[in-house]
This record gives sequence, C-alpha cells and structure tokens, in this order.
Amino acid sequence: MSRLVVASIGPASSVQDGGRLGAQRYGLTVSGAMDRLSLAAANTLVGNEPFAAAIEIGPFGASFTAREGAVRLGIAGAPRNADVAGHPVAMDTSITLKDGETLTLGFARGGAFTYLAIEGAIKGEPVFGSLAVNARAGLGSPYPRPLQAGDAFTVDAASGASELRIELPKPAAGPIRVLLGPQDDEFDEANKALFLDSEWKISATSDRMGYRLEGPAIKHLHGHNIVSDGTVNGSIQVPGNGAPIALMMDRGTSGGYPKIATVITADIGRLAQTSAGTAFHFKAVSMAEAQDEARKFAQAIRSLPDRLRSSDTVALNIAALSDANVAGYAVSAVDAGTWQVTAEP
Amino acid sequence: MAATLSPPRLLPSGDSAVTVEFSRTIDDIANQRVLALDKALAASPIKGIAETVPTYRSLLVHYDPGLIGFDALGDELLALASQPLRPATKARRWRVPVAYGGEHGIDLEDVAKTLGTTPDDIVARHSGGDYKVAMIGFTPGWSYLSGLDKFLHMSRRQSPRLLTPAGTISIGGVQAGIQCLAAPSGWHLLGRTPVRTYQLHRNPTFLTEPGDRVTFFAIDHKTFEEMDRAAEAGEIVAEQVDA
Repeated sequence: MSRLVVASIGPASSVQDGGRLGAQRYGLTVSGAMDRLSLAAANTLVGNEPFAAAIEIGPFGASFTAREGAVRLGIAGAPRNADVAGHPVAMDTSITLKDGETLTLGFARGGAFTYLAIEGAIKGEPVFGSLAVNARAGLGSPYPRPLQAGDAFTVDAASGASELRIELPKPAAGPIRVLLGPQDDEFDEANKALFLDSEWKISATSDRMGYRLEGPAIKHLHGHNIVSDGTVNGSIQVPGNGAPIALMMDRGTSGGYPKIATVITADIGRLAQTSAGTAFHFKAVSMAEAQDEARKFAQAIRSLPDRLRSSDTVALNIAALSDANVAGYAVSAVDAGTWQVTAEP
Repeated sequence: MAATLSPPRLLPSGDSAVTVEFSRTIDDIANQRVLALDKALAASPIKGIAETVPTYRSLLVHYDPGLIGFDALGDELLALASQPLRPATKARRWRVPVAYGGEHGIDLEDVAKTLGTTPDDIVARHSGGDYKVAMIGFTPGWSYLSGLDKFLHMSRRQSPRLLTPAGTISIGGVQAGIQCLAAPSGWHLLGRTPVRTYQLHRNPTFLTEPGDRVTFFAIDHKTFEEMDRAAEAGEIVAEQVDA
C-alpha cells in the first residue's frame, strides 16, 4: 500500500463518486460528482469503474504527495496548470507519482471542478453504497467533510502500467438545455419567455447545493409557495425574490418553490462547470430530445475506455513544450490533444 | 369509489424523473393515493425505476430513460394509480417521547398566548393527536406529519431561525414535524425528542417510513437527558406498537 497525502487544498474539495441512491425517500440527498463525465474520465484513465470515488477539487489550487510508495493518478475536468517537480502534466492523462513526489495543481482556468482519480480507487466505508461527502448529514468516507491539508488516503501501490491519455468527445457548446416543468404552469407565457430568452450568470455565492442565477426577476402567477414536492439534480426553482436557483447534487430532497424547468441530464455537468460570472442562455427542448441526449450521454460514459490512447507521444510533446516555456514562449494549451497538434506542425 | 378518483397529472421533472401529482394542496386522500402508488410500485416494480420519493401530494419517480421512456412509464403509472384505494392495512405506530417547553420548546408560551390558551392545553392537544408520516424530506429523517389538531394550525414565523436543534418537535401551518438534524426552520418549536429518526450505524438507519402512524407522550427534562444518552448509544427509545 502507498499513501496519498493532501499537501494543500482549497475549499469546496471533497471525495465524490456516482452518488448515494435509494434514500431520497428518507430526506437523504444523492450528493456525488458535479461533473459525472469528468469523474468517469479520470477513473477510466487508471482502470477504475467510471463512478468510483475520487477527489473532486474545487476552483482553487491543490497539491498531493505520494508517500510510502508510488501512486498512479488520473486527472480530468476543469483545466488547470499542473506539474510534478516543474515538469508540466497534461489534463486528461494518467501520471505516476514516485514516493515523495508532489503533484501541484493551479486554479481552475475555466470551469470549477477537476477530478483526481487514484488507481484502485479511494477506499472507505460506504453508506447507501456511496463514499460521497454530504457534510450536512455527516456522511462521506474516509472523511465526512471537505478535504483539508494533512488528510491522507491509503491507496494501492502504483501498478506500473504505462501512462494513458483520454480523447474526450468535444464538449457541447451553446445554451444549457432544459425541459420545462414540473411547475411551468405557475408562470405565464411572458415570464417563461423571459426565463428562456434572457442572459444568465451564475452567482459567486453558489455551491454544491445550488447555483444561484443572476438575471431578470421571474414573476410567479400564483405566488411562490407550493406544497413541497420532490426535487431532482437540475431542478430550477424560483423563490419569492424571482431569482432562480438551479438545484445541484447536495440539494434538499424536497422543496416548496415552483420549479419552472429542469436541466437535462446531458447538460448538468456543463452547468456545473460554468464559471461564476460567465454569461449563458437556456434553451427548451422536447422530452424526446432530452431522453435521446440522456441515452447518448450514458453511452459516452460507457465507451470511455475506447477513447484511451498511449500517452508516449504526449510525453515527447511535453518535453518540447517545456523547452518552449524555457525559451519564453507562452503556452496556453489546455489538453493533451491540443499539445500534440501544436508540436506537430 | 374507483370512478370518483381523478387520474393524477404526470409532470416531467427533467428527462429522468416524473412527478405523479394527485393534488396541488395538502389533502389526506391525495396522500393516501401517493402512498398506495408507492406501495404498489414496491410490490410490483417497473423495470427502469430507480427510486421513488413520496411527498404530501405527489410521488416523484426517478427512472433510467435508457430502460424506459417517458410515455411508456407514464402509461404504466396511470394504470397503477387508477386502481381503487384499498382499506388501510396495518401500519406501524411509533410512540414518541417529547420534553415540552422550557429550553427544549422555546415557542410553547408564545404559541399558547397567540392561540389564547395555556401551555398545558397546547401540550395536551399536541400529544393527544393521532398523526401520520406524510413524507420525509428536506434533511435526513425530517418527518412531516399530517393530523394536527385544527386548533393548532397557525402560520409560520415571519423570519425563520437559521438553526434549530436536533430532535425539534414543531408545528407550522397545518403540519407537525419531527426534525432529526439541526437545521434552519420557520416553524414553532414546542419541544424536543431524544428519538433519532436518522442515525448512522444504527439498524435501522432511518426509523420512520412514509405511512407510519405517530403519537407523542410528554416526558420531563430529566427523563429526556437519560433517554438522550441511551439514544446516542444507539437505542431507538421510541416505542413501536401495532396500530
């Protein structure tokens, strides 16, 4: 066994997995990764199940040190500068830290959450099948709270497998797609149009419970109190002040505000990775389209292993890029694929 | 009876859940139909359903659109929901101890004043009630109860408290509640129970189920302390009886 020690970490970083299913009827919310595709990509890089528990790193920087042996890691999600002892590490690749080596990750450059998967996965005591941190309910393993410097994971010793990169499908661009409802009839046509036609920004006060949306006030038809009913990931509720809140993975399981629309499954991770202050729009789609996209999204996750490539060529390119850095060229490349193109004119 | 039951509304909650809505208001018949549909789905599961969440007036059904589509699921849910309500089967009943008033129920005096009666009368009416767990939600174990004495119906506090203690027994609007974890609340706090409706590492983790019956009985503050220690050590401390 080896250990992975959290040398430094910012707030909003915690162990997350595919979520805690089956206890919403008792008021226990699902939690789990904010961006499931990136969690699955990080896990796939090191041969884990797609929704195995990994470290969800919030927007700030973090560093991790291998102790008592080597540790193999997979990194995916919001892009950031990463290096081991001054050597750059590309996003969407696996890397093996030798005993004593430290992986340093900078601030997220676009997006919010980066996933660090550990070969053999994080070990702990599952509750309702999940290690995901739900700080309010005191759940999560090995730490039932956000991570802090000094925390350490007992992990499998690195297998020595050759390093891989993963060629992810190009992320969808454009508006965040929603299905209207379940309470769209609590709003008149003008206010539904206002919701769909306006430019929105995510407030800096957002968290894993909900993303507060900044834009025009949406008015209700019959007031803002409904009898509480169930919520889902991506429910967009409109409280009394008219400022919508998109409910995320740590949401309450029930809520008493009308829900004008619901983000489609395929776009929840994209919404989660929209930085505070970035302008975006919503777009209403049909049930048929939303379910078709949900099936494609599930298929994209199932087929991630087919997207693994040897990272040898990238390693060479990283060396070239290091030279470029030394020579004073600005390097803005974000992922392994782009770097490769850059290095092969 | 079956002919008088109107079909529920199927409201899409995104691409992977549907809200089966029986009523827009708090209504005991609607809640019975919610729990009946929930029970029917537990007895004969429909392929693709992941989990169900009963609330006062609707059943939220989470499903996998890779296994069943909205229309096919909707048809099956409507067929099940149209079946006549059977006479209530035996439900579990919990007798829940409550330390009323004082530091454990800081709103008891004010509630009595507002309703023009004595704190003892409020305790008698609250503990004399016959309640049903209509839903569990908001935070783990928070049990929403129907069956509150009409005399005790009163609007919620103007400004919610940011933190109310674990085990709070409170009333709000037409509802009564058993709160498990410390949480914000705009309800009126009548007392505290040592009973944990949610406790990790205890079997069962969750004590109450939607549909369970609940009655309360008063305990003094010394008994509360004793039971609280026992509960912390994993005892259930609520009495279970067959209804």
